[in-house]
Amino acid sequence: MKTKSLEGSQRTGKIVTYAALILGSVIMIFPFVWMILTSFKTQAESMKIPPVIFPAQWMLSNFSDAIDSLPFVNMYANTILMIVFRVIFAVLFSSMAGYAFAKLRFRGKNILFGIVLMQMMLPSQIFIIPQYQMVAKLGIANSIAALVFPGLVSAFGTFFLRQAYLGIPNEVAEAAYLDGCNQWQTFTKVMFPLTSSSVAALTVFTAVFAYSDLMWPLVVNSDLNMMTLSSGLATLRGQFSTNFPVLMAGSLLAMLPMVVLYLFFQKQFIEGIAMTGGK
Amino acid sequence: MHTKLSRAGRIEQHWGWFMVAPTIIGLLVLNVWPFIQTVYASFCEHLGFGHYKFIGLDNYVNMFQNAEFWKATGNTLLFCVLTVPVGIFLSLLVAVMLNAKVKFKGGFRTIFFLPMVCAPAAVTMVWRWIFNADYGVLNQIFGSNVKWITDPNVALISCAVVAIWSSIGYDAVLLLSGLQNISRSYYEAASIDGASKITQFFKITLPMVSPTLFVTMIMRLMASLKVYDLIYMMVEETNPALTNVQSLIYLFYRESFVAGSRGSGSAIAVWTVLLIGIATLFQFWGQKKWVNYEV
Repeated sequence: MKTKSLEGSQRTGKIVTYAALILGSVIMIFPFVWMILTSFKTQAESMKIPPVIFPAQWMLSNFSDAIDSLPFVNMYANTILMIVFRVIFAVLFSSMAGYAFAKLRFRGKNILFGIVLMQMMLPSQIFIIPQYQMVAKLGIANSIAALVFPGLVSAFGTFFLRQAYLGIPNEVAEAAYLDGCNQWQTFTKVMFPLTSSSVAALTVFTAVFAYSDLMWPLVVNSDLNMMTLSSGLATLRGQFSTNFPVLMAGSLLAMLPMVVLYLFFQKQFIEGIAMTGGK
Repeated sequence: MHTKLSRAGRIEQHWGWFMVAPTIIGLLVLNVWPFIQTVYASFCEHLGFGHYKFIGLDNYVNMFQNAEFWKATGNTLLFCVLTVPVGIFLSLLVAVMLNAKVKFKGGFRTIFFLPMVCAPAAVTMVWRWIFNADYGVLNQIFGSNVKWITDPNVALISCAVVAIWSSIGYDAVLLLSGLQNISRSYYEAASIDGASKITQFFKITLPMVSPTLFVTMIMRLMASLKVYDLIYMMVEETNPALTNVQSLIYLFYRESFVAGSRGSGSAIAVWTVLLIGIATLFQFWGQKKWVNYEV
């Protein structure tokens, strides 16, 4: 009798859990579904009261309208180039510095690492006006270089990869050293490959962060042809303020590449971002 | 370091300097120097083309007398109050449910995490549509007539809803990793002693996950204090609700890059940094009361 009631309460608990998770999932997914459905409707159809759920005819014209009003090819290219360069710089320089901070002895190490920590604690907006002035002075506003500029080095990446190198026993480096590797070879041939999962996490983090960033690309590249997907999309905010199907089509186009990557590599994405602990 | 280094030690030292050089030089140029410049600029008037004139405390005096500035500070704090407790609570709930033996765990996790990989610019666009007062689906579902993003009394709440929706999956994943570290044996022992699930949650789960909970809360609070993109996308500059919604960083953006007053913009940035610092100190001070580091 007693076990029966226990089983019963467990079953109720299970049902409540599933119901809550499914309800939560519906709330999470609904905006995306609504975005997709709206992007295929005509403007008149989207404004019907009560709302029409499925479009009578799946219109592709909203997508061509979105592409006509924003240079999507350029925006994709700019975003991809910005991400690629930021990832390369973050991985290269942060691996070098992370390794040195974790494994090498040199004078000034603590003070220099203090600079890394300081940068991590301050919000990026405190740097943005002088950074913008530098870009303007260098005459590189409205370029890929300008988009990459604040991402040339990564304090967070340095901190994160230092943790990864701290996790590798010193004996590994010593063995390589005794085998005749010099410091650089020890680093590139032996130590760096051992951090691959952390490097993957940093890559995901850097890419998602750069892709979402709004203020810097907005400030530094005002030419529509040099905008990223995020900043370009932001310019649509005021225009088309009533033509939601076109806005939804544009947003969908801007979101699609990252979402597809995410669905293919969800394990790397989730673990990567969870591992980095975000910023 | 007074003793002379061996040859190998010297070589190691040179490699150390060489390998940190790109990062350190980059940080000095891109962050340390700009930080000093921003603090200095907050005591200056911007004359255009990057030229500044020292004016002492005027920017701060003007700032503290400016109602819009205090409103932005209040909006930012209110935004934190609206998003952090509810967001963390819901994230913990999701994490606890995903930590139980449920099917499709991976699928649920994927769905809850999805907003994290979508640019806020794109995500807010669909929320603007959902919240649209005339044709938006929300008013139609509830049969209401609320101006979700143009009513000064409502718009900040709408922004908070989007913020919570965006961050639940991410915070839940962080909390889930904390929950997974709790040994099953604690729960088994508690079950034998006849403790209910609810008692188990408060006596085992909550204390054991409190360090992760603390880190997640700090991060969420810091992110909320510097909120910008979401509010910028939801509430454009012509929106009548602007002053009731704009955050400090939004005001900073408008002041520095729209109005071009980089001196007073810098003062807002410095103020925001101070606010974040104070909030973080409070959290670290308060953690002694509830965070459990013993196990």
